[in-house]
Amino acid sequence: MKFGVVVFPGTWSDRDCGWVVDQVVGAQLQYLWHKDADLKGCDCVILPGGFAYGDYLRTGAIARFAPVMESIGEFADRGGLVWGICNGFQILCEAGLLPGALIRNSSLEFRCEWTHLMVERKDLPFTSACSEREVIRMPISHGEGSYFAEPAVLSRLEQNGQVVFRYCDPGGRVLPSANPNGSLHNIAGIINKRGNVLGMMPHPERCSEPELGGADGVKLFRSVAGNAMKVLVS
Amino acid sequence: MSLDTVDARRLREVALVPDEYRVIVEKLRRPPNAVELGMLGVLWSEHCSYKTSKALLRRLPSSGEAVLQGPGENAGAVEIGHGWAAVFKIESHNHPSAIEPYQGAATGVGGIIRDVIAMGARPIALLDSLRFGPLPASRRHFDGVVAGIGGYGNCIGIPTVGGEVYFDECYEQNPIVNAMCVGLVRVDRLMRARAEGTGNSLMLVGADTGKDGIHGASFASVELDESSSERRPAVQVGNPFLEKCLLEACMDLGHTDAVVAVQDLGAAGLTSSVAECAGRVPGAGARIDVSLVPRREKGMTPYDVMLSESQERMLVVVQRGREAEVERIFQTWDLTSAVIGDVTDDGQLTVFDGDEVVARLPIDLLTDGAPLRRLAGISPEPPPALHLDSLPPLVDGGQTLLRLLASPNLCSRRPIFRRYDHMVGDSTVVPPGGDAALLRIKGTRLGLAMTTDCNARYCHLDPNLGAQHAVAEAARNIVATGARPLAVTDCLNLANPDRPEVYWELEETIAGLAAACRALEVPIVSGNVSLYNDSEGRSPIHPTPVVGMIGVIEDYGHRLEAGLQHEGDFVLLVGSSHNDLGGSEYLKVEHGTVAGRPPGLDLAREGAVNRLILAAAKSGLLRSAHDCAEGGMLVALAECCMLGGLGVRCPAMRPEAPLRLDAAFFGETPGRFIVSAPSRAMPDLQNLARRHHVEISLLGMAGGEILEFEGQFRLSLTEMRQAWEGGLLQ
Repeated sequence: MKFGVVVFPGTWSDRDCGWVVDQVVGAQLQYLWHKDADLKGCDCVILPGGFAYGDYLRTGAIARFAPVMESIGEFADRGGLVWGICNGFQILCEAGLLPGALIRNSSLEFRCEWTHLMVERKDLPFTSACSEREVIRMPISHGEGSYFAEPAVLSRLEQNGQVVFRYCDPGGRVLPSANPNGSLHNIAGIINKRGNVLGMMPHPERCSEPELGGADGVKLFRSVAGNAMKVLVS
Repeated sequence: MSLDTVDARRLREVALVPDEYRVIVEKLRRPPNAVELGMLGVLWSEHCSYKTSKALLRRLPSSGEAVLQGPGENAGAVEIGHGWAAVFKIESHNHPSAIEPYQGAATGVGGIIRDVIAMGARPIALLDSLRFGPLPASRRHFDGVVAGIGGYGNCIGIPTVGGEVYFDECYEQNPIVNAMCVGLVRVDRLMRARAEGTGNSLMLVGADTGKDGIHGASFASVELDESSSERRPAVQVGNPFLEKCLLEACMDLGHTDAVVAVQDLGAAGLTSSVAECAGRVPGAGARIDVSLVPRREKGMTPYDVMLSESQERMLVVVQRGREAEVERIFQTWDLTSAVIGDVTDDGQLTVFDGDEVVARLPIDLLTDGAPLRRLAGISPEPPPALHLDSLPPLVDGGQTLLRLLASPNLCSRRPIFRRYDHMVGDSTVVPPGGDAALLRIKGTRLGLAMTTDCNARYCHLDPNLGAQHAVAEAARNIVATGARPLAVTDCLNLANPDRPEVYWELEETIAGLAAACRALEVPIVSGNVSLYNDSEGRSPIHPTPVVGMIGVIEDYGHRLEAGLQHEGDFVLLVGSSHNDLGGSEYLKVEHGTVAGRPPGLDLAREGAVNRLILAAAKSGLLRSAHDCAEGGMLVALAECCMLGGLGVRCPAMRPEAPLRLDAAFFGETPGRFIVSAPSRAMPDLQNLARRHHVEISLLGMAGGEILEFEGQFRLSLTEMRQAWEGGLLQ
């Protein structure tokens, strides 16, 4: 199983994602440079957190034009696993690989804190190691993480079951008070219709070892790694 | 040459005094031209030359077993084990933040990061020590500074893991913004910014040079006045994205031996970076050509180029003939680099504009020529005495506790640190909100603890004792995580030293720092002095010597946190309490007065208590530890409850005479910790305490959701949190 971690100028979660892939999960790691269109045979491509190109215009607005993004689009079309985390989610929305947009937090402030997430789909390659409707704990760290989509898009997402993670309280109740950024429908992460492109604002790579305050994040990495094994075996 | 040829206005513009001008003319045997005068002005400013504090600073202890690099470089460095060095420094950005809070704070963060990068280290953490006037009047400063720190740190991807914030009237006009950066480098890759090797090339890398920040260093060396807002062009604008690229490119430089040295361009820009880099090598000089400097705007004179403080620039000394190699590394990150000159052996800094020499000054005149100022200090009137007998007895300890928890100086800092990314890097094992932050060193079991501390109210009442307290408090915060204090960086923020009382404060502060650092065996390896934090002599700040300290724990699995962990654990007070209400937060909040002397401090005793906590932590006897600071034992205990989500049931507090109840609860006697331990650990813990000659007393038992002193008060966690968490949201 080979994970690719994309590095744009201004990306900073690349090293954290790389650390978890390499040191915690023990999978193969390949950094992918933004100027390089070659995905080097990776099975899953991670677009990590950061401020790609400084995000001065609009989050993800410049990154979508990077040479690596064209290859990632084709890779996704072929059914390859693409996983956008934080800034990566923003970039996937800008690139049109996922619907909707991430706008300024309703508090108008950056927020770095722990949240609880309801896992609404466990039949995906990204979540198969989670249990049915499991509540997991994961930190967020963003200024523009409020999920927004047109009403029609939103209802289509809900009808298709494309909402993968929703902010909830520790007991699993999806409440406005558990929503850290004003996301519509408490959405923290969504998947494309085909089920191979995931975007999420919380940071699984920051909670994959107990000494960092929690290890729920590693379940997602292990899900991907385990699924690829299955694919290889079959 | 007489003074007549240079008018007084020109001298004021470059912040030089006539005596200094005379020295320049004497040493040069000619009057300096305009460019030279500007260059000397910035380098001889207090900010760059330390001319007022230098002689005093020599009294600070800076050597020790672990020290790899003491003061004089871009940052200090100490060895922490497993072949790693910690590189760290704190620096002020007070004046710019007073004028333009967001950019002032942001570029303060950017500057200190570059200092760490220049040592070859990867920055791993940021801390910020802040002081403002009371809220809500000082909202503009507070909001802007907090946003600026977050804006820069969050974007560049270095976690902001700690710091402190206090509010006092004396900071209304002069907020304090001190930024500290900690980095890691392999001991054998530690770099020094020395311009070695005649003929080696000087490359300028990063941002293009603009007219921003000209005279920033001089501006930071005078008092703020009504015209200060006109100085806004002297405040630089930060670009954290560019610095992130610069950071990664500089890390990539580590893979080549073509680079001799890296130097940050900070205050006084190109002038100081070239002069300092050459100045560290005896006899070395440099030639630079300003026409080769990539520029952001047209119409810049050589003077502008030499004095610009445009951010996100580095000077790289490259082995002759290998410039292309280095240029390629920067190109990878889309950064411009340009060879602008070379290293010479004539001891002169020669500035060309094409073929024309526009300035030529001896390096040592620039870096070391400023005549030291020896001022006379006079001790001011002693602060009002505190007569304990006249203090009314404590009525309701619970209600007083709630008021203290809600006090802006004591309340929860979560509204601030949740705006900072404190997790990026996957290393933060003790996050902000407790005592010190603790970061793991990946690939080892080592943990690196870090904190900043200073109780400036104590320093106001007694600068010498107050400075000692700052060191002792920082050490306790490090120890509370289970780490051993290792070394210090300091930032001395004071008012106008030309006033004898302020100069006296400076002398006393340095004496106090020196005494405490010697006693606790923590050398000061880097630091910064910020003077003239004084608006037209009307509102001098309290002496605010911020102590940034780092410490090491061999195995971060033995780390401790402040919050109570287990139902049924014993909750204990380590150390003994005295009637230490002088300068306390209790006195200020409940009695509206700042009086008396700060608590007495026995440094030997501090060492003994710290050693006890470390030994107990290492033996696994403790489940939590939290130091008692402002607000005393009861505020510390309430914090242990709130952070751990557990209450404590205690029998009534009946202190033995002469200890008063208010002092037992809220007195600020140093050398004390609140710890918790399982009952089975008690015999060993008591034995250990006896061997260290430290008093340890049982307060109560952890459990439930109520903090109670039987018959005296009962408070729920919810009530306490409401008070504590709302203190900054007014």
